[in-house]
Amino acid sequence: MKLAYWMYAGPAHIGTLRIASSFKNVHGIMHAPLGDDYFNVMRSMLERERDFTPVTTSVVDRHVLARGSQEKVVDNITRKDGEEHPDLIVLTPTCTSSILQEDLQNFVTRASLSTQADVILADVNHYRVNELQAADRTLEQIVQFYLAKARAEGEIPDRTATPSVNILGMTTLGFHNQHDCTELKKLMADLGITVNEVIPANASVHNLKRLPQAWFNLVPYREVGLMAARYLETEFGMPYVDIAPMGVVETARCIRKIQQILNQGGASVDYEEFINTQTVHVSQAAWFSRSIDCQNLTGKKAVVYGDNTHAVAMTKILSREMGIKVVWAGTYCKYDGDWFRDQVKDYCDDVLITDDHAQVGDAIARVEPAAIFGTQMERHVGKRLNIPCGVIAAPVHIQNFPVGYRPFLGYEGTNQICDLVYNSFTLGMEDHLLEFFGGHDTKEVIHKGISAESDLTWTAEGLTELNKIPGFVRGKVKRNTEKFARDRGISEITVETLYAAKEAVGA
Amino acid sequence: MTSLADTQPQALNFECETGNYHTFCPISCVAWLYQKIEDSFFLVIGTKTCGYFLQNAMGVMIFAEPRYAMAELEEGDISAQLNDYEELKRLCLQVKRDRNPSVIVWIGTCTTEIIKMDLEGLAPKLEAEIGIPIVVARANGLDYAFTQGEDTVLAAMVQKCPEKAVPQEKEERGNSLQKLLNFGRKQEEVKAEESAYHDHPPLVLFGSLPDPVVTQLTLELKKQGIKVSGWLPAKRFTELPVIEEGYYVAGVNPFLSRTATTLMRRRKCKLIGAPFPIGPDGTRLWLEKICSVLGITPTGLAEREAQIWANLEDYLQLIRGKSVFFMGDNLLEVSLARFLIRCGMTCPEIGIPYMDKRYQAAELALLEQTCHEMGVPTPKIVEKPDNYNQIERIKALDIDLVITGMAHANPLEARGINTKWSVEFTFAQIHGFSNARDILELVTRPLRRNHALKDLGWNQLVREEAQV
Repeated sequence: MKLAYWMYAGPAHIGTLRIASSFKNVHGIMHAPLGDDYFNVMRSMLERERDFTPVTTSVVDRHVLARGSQEKVVDNITRKDGEEHPDLIVLTPTCTSSILQEDLQNFVTRASLSTQADVILADVNHYRVNELQAADRTLEQIVQFYLAKARAEGEIPDRTATPSVNILGMTTLGFHNQHDCTELKKLMADLGITVNEVIPANASVHNLKRLPQAWFNLVPYREVGLMAARYLETEFGMPYVDIAPMGVVETARCIRKIQQILNQGGASVDYEEFINTQTVHVSQAAWFSRSIDCQNLTGKKAVVYGDNTHAVAMTKILSREMGIKVVWAGTYCKYDGDWFRDQVKDYCDDVLITDDHAQVGDAIARVEPAAIFGTQMERHVGKRLNIPCGVIAAPVHIQNFPVGYRPFLGYEGTNQICDLVYNSFTLGMEDHLLEFFGGHDTKEVIHKGISAESDLTWTAEGLTELNKIPGFVRGKVKRNTEKFARDRGISEITVETLYAAKEAVGA
Repeated sequence: MTSLADTQPQALNFECETGNYHTFCPISCVAWLYQKIEDSFFLVIGTKTCGYFLQNAMGVMIFAEPRYAMAELEEGDISAQLNDYEELKRLCLQVKRDRNPSVIVWIGTCTTEIIKMDLEGLAPKLEAEIGIPIVVARANGLDYAFTQGEDTVLAAMVQKCPEKAVPQEKEERGNSLQKLLNFGRKQEEVKAEESAYHDHPPLVLFGSLPDPVVTQLTLELKKQGIKVSGWLPAKRFTELPVIEEGYYVAGVNPFLSRTATTLMRRRKCKLIGAPFPIGPDGTRLWLEKICSVLGITPTGLAEREAQIWANLEDYLQLIRGKSVFFMGDNLLEVSLARFLIRCGMTCPEIGIPYMDKRYQAAELALLEQTCHEMGVPTPKIVEKPDNYNQIERIKALDIDLVITGMAHANPLEARGINTKWSVEFTFAQIHGFSNARDILELVTRPLRRNHALKDLGWNQLVREEAQV
């Protein structure tokens, strides 16, 4: 047992559902108690999704506990098949079904006899893997399933005539994934590479058999897609690029790796000129690093914390591209900690690998950086310590699902990151100067409350009650109540007066 | 089919569907209960799934150092390689050291049910060892929905309420405390205040409400000369009300049936069965019923109610004749539907997770009577609804307003259907005369907003769904 107030990565089933609901026409069925379908709320709220989230629950209740699910799971699968006609149904185990140890695979086998849809059981163990690992595995599992099927039917296509790519790992509820996806497609178009398939976001499972016709796979995020890429490499000899094109230097490295793979595959491409043009003229980041603005950031202290992809890339950008001193960089992807350590070892003084937010908070308080780059939790730590924070990784709130175009990857991504970094530091600087000079407006605020000139008095109880009203409306309530009292010639305001006034003005 | 001229009241029609519906897990009750009971600490004994839900459902509250935490079960706990008692003791001592609460509430979850962790058995032992009361509530998704979580906590707290009023020999201390509470007012004033009440048997109210609402309802009863002896829960665990055999109790919320049962069976209280004080109609009948049970003639309530209704007129104009559909997720549905029908709306269906016909008897009777008086058909009450079927019915019935959870709200709006997020009703102040307007503020908000947008011509924001 451990005492936990906050977690960075969610439970395994969230990962599976993120993959399932990213595909088009794939339905997730959770074997879970009532209330575990909170995923639907998150997707509908955070992604501002217009469509019903294709996830339902086969409810585990007392009866299931007593007698087992029996026909229930099978019935729910066949029912969804009839109602929604999905291509694939993914039966998703949860922490509850992990302990019940029901033979879910058996339900899947039985159900698939009577469904039009394919049915698979997500191969994830709640107690062994987290959201990210589960997402990675589920994507691999679905790819494997459809490629095995295609192979059995002899439907594996040949490689495309011109260079083409699959982009693996774009998911729903992923941090700025939608925008990154658009940016990557644009980058591929600029490089003259056809995008063969993007999975899982908005993909159809019917198209998975087309995956092997691409020349290579691009895996922009360390957390999701790597297992599928490795599988495709082993089975079909497809090379993959797993360098996240985040930041000017890494984007160039990613493109050079692509160039190498394409040339090995028989194409003849030279992207050096493209990289140069983009770096010098399209992205503002290279210029920004030379500008006086960025000079002022030299040696400033920052800390970085997030998932592997974003924390690594951010650490490299701050240290290598902007001359900022990263005191420590950290990740909550403990299961992949060695990779993280290896990636950042030259770019920061210290490495922190933990998923305990208190430890992260303490480490921030200890070094007192000028800015923090982290998740929403670090943003709140920053608020408490009065240190600005740029949010670079999940877990995130609704404001991190912007409708405006905000990629983190590619050349436009480098521009966005410049703004994020610079705004975080200058805000901190402005704040500091304001404090130094005594604030924006040093004149004392003149209280304009009507009560100042009136003979109205509040009883102790009335005042206590007034103070229970949230601060942002208290002034208005006070004014309304006093107006009410004055109109009726009441000189002493009691609790009763307060509520009578509320009823009268209807507020 | 009954014709419009038919004056025979229709009986309510109850149905039960598949239970495939969306609601919050009952452990969400810690979100409002830890704020209500200021000296408490809630320890949810469950998995990452529970923690993830709470973390996301409570949103920004999480960052305000809440007095709740997960006791996150690991594989060793599930396979009993670790000793439950020792593990809980270690965590509770840590909580005691860091927060020093007056009570630790253990929330049992699905997992503790399945692995049959004997929380009720462990609690008294550990309580004695660490010196802090431990209350055990099994608020799990196997058995309960959303607000029923509060019911399980309050039912467990009933057992911790003192059984006897402070005995006379402690008068000295009682007096000084009294003096303190009366802010040094003169004895005569206090006596005068006491005499403002009729002589009636003690009345304890149950249900967690924000403090301002507690004050409002207490004052409403005071106007009738009724004294509220205590409130379950109180602001602090150490202030739980005395409950003696024969006390009268009344519920303020429709989801408190276990608490009511516990008060009657275990503490031998008399339950006043009344409609709930939601809407001016419900509030008036709630007050009248309490008055009549305590042998007091209510005064001024008809005028009070009429005046509240008059103040609501601008909102009533917006909803009169419109239809409302409750998908059902928080058990407030019957009371809200009854109020909205009185406001002039029609309601074809009330979805509800669980229906206790005995505890809600007076509310159901009022619903039936309201439909009869307003000349509208009685709603179908669907227990354990099936959200998929409900959405089919909503489309077929062309509903003006759907009250539903966040999982369905955006998708319905995108299809041109007005929605109100149901969870807001559990957090907004909706009880008593004064807050009737707040309910209508919530109900009319989508109508007012969408009215403002209606001329823009983009009501359907999804592509035509493919007909397979």
